[in-house]
Amino acid sequence: MSRSSSGSRAGVLVIGGGVIGLAVAWRAAQRGLRNVTVVDPCHGGGAAGVAAGMLAPVTELQYGEEPLLRLGTASNQRYGSFAAELTEASGGLDTGYRRCGTIAVALDSDDREELRELHAFHQRLGLESSWLTGREARRLEPMLAPGVRGGLHVADDHQVDPRRLLAALVAACERAGVLLHRAEAAELLVDGGRATGARLSTGDSLGADQVVLAAGPHSHRLPGLPEGVLPPVRPVKGQVLRLQVPDAYRPFLSRNVRAVVRGQHLYLVPRENGELVVGATTEEQGYDTTVTAGGVYELLRDAHELVPGITELPLRETSAGLRPGSPDNAPLLGPTSLPGLVAATGHYRNGVLLTPVTADLLADYLATGEVPDLAKPFTPTRFSPDVPTTKASA
Amino acid sequence: MADDLLTIAGTAFSSRLIMGTGGAPSLEVLERALLASGTELTTVAMRRVDATTQGSVLDVLTRNGIRILPNTAGCFTAGEAVLTARLAREALGTDWVKLEVIADERTLLPDPIELLDAAETLVDDGFTVLPYTNDDPVLARKLEDVGCAAIMPLGSPIGSGLGIRNPHNFQLIVEDAGVPVILDAGAGTASDVALAMELGCSAVMLASAVTRAQDPVLMAEAMRHAAEAGRLAHRAGRIPRRFHAEASSAMAGRADLDSRERPAFRSV
Repeated sequence: MSRSSSGSRAGVLVIGGGVIGLAVAWRAAQRGLRNVTVVDPCHGGGAAGVAAGMLAPVTELQYGEEPLLRLGTASNQRYGSFAAELTEASGGLDTGYRRCGTIAVALDSDDREELRELHAFHQRLGLESSWLTGREARRLEPMLAPGVRGGLHVADDHQVDPRRLLAALVAACERAGVLLHRAEAAELLVDGGRATGARLSTGDSLGADQVVLAAGPHSHRLPGLPEGVLPPVRPVKGQVLRLQVPDAYRPFLSRNVRAVVRGQHLYLVPRENGELVVGATTEEQGYDTTVTAGGVYELLRDAHELVPGITELPLRETSAGLRPGSPDNAPLLGPTSLPGLVAATGHYRNGVLLTPVTADLLADYLATGEVPDLAKPFTPTRFSPDVPTTKASA
Repeated sequence: MADDLLTIAGTAFSSRLIMGTGGAPSLEVLERALLASGTELTTVAMRRVDATTQGSVLDVLTRNGIRILPNTAGCFTAGEAVLTARLAREALGTDWVKLEVIADERTLLPDPIELLDAAETLVDDGFTVLPYTNDDPVLARKLEDVGCAAIMPLGSPIGSGLGIRNPHNFQLIVEDAGVPVILDAGAGTASDVALAMELGCSAVMLASAVTRAQDPVLMAEAMRHAAEAGRLAHRAGRIPRRFHAEASSAMAGRADLDSRERPAFRSV
């Protein structure tokens, strides 16, 4: 493959080399699409580099989001084979996929009632989750605080290591012949009512048969994007901590632990290599990614209440990322109202979980021109003014 | 109700529901719930939003013509609250502020001393101040004395959904107040809203009761009806409570409305 230059042409041009853009490009190349190019100043960056990688469509279920549950469950089910295939395609890179299950616990009776409601909702939808007394929860995870009042065990909510996943995707893309072009997309090129490529920050222009917009919270503000083609995708900041469990303390925690602490959601994701991720704040602060004293304090305070022993662990890293939030929290998948422009963005807090299914659905569409049934509720055109209610929220 | 407007600091509103935005599952659901509630005034936590972001909650409010009422949620001292209010004025170009100064995170109850301090400072600085306060009639009077444009007593702690725990205090506050009294915090369902209006509140402020309901849009509609029903009942004037029954019409001389169907009761 030669480096692209002014006037060169891509079959599929993916704008954004985060977890979604890379996975779409890899799958598209696997489907036989030619000249797949991903433009990004830093491939393998983006929100996934901060994310904890909890794959928890069941424990994160919310009222009114049943269509998103179906998509999340579909993605969760294909994660094992996706990860295995990716390891092979990347030349042996492990993604940290771990079938560990999740427990969600409550520390007081108000929070327990909230979990009880979630459990009842699971039962109405026929989802696998079992109720635990406080003592049962602590037998599963002895490091939990004695004050734990009850919880839910969800055996099928797992985890992946998003940083390893990104590294594997970069390698798999390269090995599949995807061109990773280090540049920023400075402008979407539109000609005759059709997306025709992008002008890059280097000054080059890159023509393309199909353009996939996968720039997360930056998607919506790509210059040249005609008004109304993409619903707003806003940045929703999340601060995350990374601690390290010393060998002598292991396993410390054996599965994902979620909790509602005085109404605030918290999670701890323990990796096999000893990393323990604690997250996350949810802040509407624009494109700001500073780590604040208040954010770190609140996470540590709640995590300490839940697992008192964490105060002994080294605090290795604090970071903040930007989730791409669509108006209904569900992703924007498939063709937009601008011919030639396809969306794969707006995954909000579920980007890592939804990576396999998004990549499969988008590659399917790019190869066949048909929107797969599973993607239909997530069409980017669902917010247009003549459609008063959306399909992605029930 | 065009002839029965809520007036705060000279600004008239036909809706008597003030909505909050916290806790909504998504912006899209929030937008539909706000529209269903009919609200014309909605609070936004200034510490938790960036006014310049496209597609934010502020866009949702602006696009629907809903007036934005910045609040000082998350502040524990008068100093923080005053600073937050000033930043909000700069960012949004409004000198209205819903003033919250919280005493502790467990109860989220207002700190009355810090609150009064902050209210005084902000009124002097030209703000239109709507303070979130305890249901204390004396404190309510003092807040009005320093120049607050409304009094917003809590029915019960924020997010508790426990309704109005001391209706008598609300009656005392309403009786004494020369500015609108607005129930803030505690509403769990529609009857709580109706009760507040029947007690003489000028409006009701709520967020969680709608945003955390299983169907927020439906609950928002219920709240709109409840506010209207409670307000009408208050204006209509309720009957006195009696210990024993009193028939609504006397038995003697009652009209014989349908003698064919009920011949046994025909009067002679």
